[in-house]
Amino acid sequence: MTLKTSRLVALYLSFFLAIHLSFASEVKEGEDKEFDAKEMIMHHVKDAYGMHIITLNEGDADEHHITIPLPVILYTDNGLVTFMSSEFHHDYHGDVIVEKNGERFVNVHEKVYQLNEGETQVKLDEEGHPTNAVKPLDLSITRNVFMMWVSIAVLLLIFLAAARRYKKSENYVPSGVASFVEPLIVFVRDEIGKPMIGEHKYKRYMPYLLTIFFFIWINNIFGLIPILNGANLSGNIAFTFTLAAFTFIITTFSGNKNYWKHIFWMPDVPVPMKIFLMPIEIVGMFVKPISLMIRLFANITAGHIIILSLISLVFIFKTVAIAPVSVAFSLFITIIEIVVTAIQAYIFTILSALYFGMATEEAH
Amino acid sequence: MTITGIAAIGAGLAAIGAGMGIGRIGGSAMDAMARQPEIQGKIQTSALILAAFVEAVALFGVVVALLQG
Repeated sequence: MTLKTSRLVALYLSFFLAIHLSFASEVKEGEDKEFDAKEMIMHHVKDAYGMHIITLNEGDADEHHITIPLPVILYTDNGLVTFMSSEFHHDYHGDVIVEKNGERFVNVHEKVYQLNEGETQVKLDEEGHPTNAVKPLDLSITRNVFMMWVSIAVLLLIFLAAARRYKKSENYVPSGVASFVEPLIVFVRDEIGKPMIGEHKYKRYMPYLLTIFFFIWINNIFGLIPILNGANLSGNIAFTFTLAAFTFIITTFSGNKNYWKHIFWMPDVPVPMKIFLMPIEIVGMFVKPISLMIRLFANITAGHIIILSLISLVFIFKTVAIAPVSVAFSLFITIIEIVVTAIQAYIFTILSALYFGMATEEAH
Repeated sequence: MTITGIAAIGAGLAAIGAGMGIGRIGGSAMDAMARQPEIQGKIQTSALILAAFVEAVALFGVVVALLQG
């Protein structure tokens, strides 16, 4: 490693450390209030209606939050209702009631509920679910949706700039942003596409493989920047479900005769075995995308939970003595997570490619 | 013991299984690489894929524990 790169790495790490310390100051609670690590962690991992950045003077009279408000869009029985998430005033315990054309809305643990006719206060049961309110159809631009748009914009910016440079001249030598993306694209082609799908057929699948590789990677990295309040997009099961569903649909529709024969009537085995294998293969068809979905979701969510738990240790033990340990460990885990961002994108892409390769394989 | 405690034990057991599995994959991959350094790249790729499969099973355990906890 040259001096320059090591300096860069040090800068990068101190950036992450600084951000984690700002995180730590954010979770500090008043002396009288009991610190609930589980609730804090779950609120960071879950989706939310606004991008909360930091709370200033917490516990004091002049406490205020710095937040990027995002629109809440609800479809109720009386039609569309929209308002900004700032109208909840950062309340997620159902105390603040927002009234729009005669309908009352509350935010209970980052889910908007519509109070029943005539109710003026939300009642919660023992598990914290409202008993006198219903959930309207929720089409809000939550922080996950917002971060997804940001990552789409960043990807478009990078790749359109790179594509423009290649268009300019035929024998273009990559420079600038193109020299950054070219090795990555060649890596996806030579290490993922060609060996998994095969020399002749890989080209059809390259756009999809490149898209999911970069999309998952950039969202994993955004999830690690806590100043964005850890918009945990790739740790959201709906997001990973959608990506896995795409892989499933492409695998199913590109399956050739040979692929379906291996599922329904396994060649070269006795007939009882064929009958025995058929249900297993059919279940396997669905288990593959499900395991893709769970793998990405659980890996990223677990990473976030571990980092936050380590920082919470300071507030659980209520002593500064534990701080060096927890900061050192969370820095260590953060470094591992930076590697995991790339590895998980790679695993998702290579397994998708493997399934496409299995679907298009010729009889042998 | 509460259900949360049992869920935590379950997650721990899942981690033991994954640790043993990935350890075996890593060890064998190292052995293979030492014997045949010329196909190091191929071994590394398949080791990573296999580790991902083993890990997925452990993560199922973690997800179940999360849902219970």
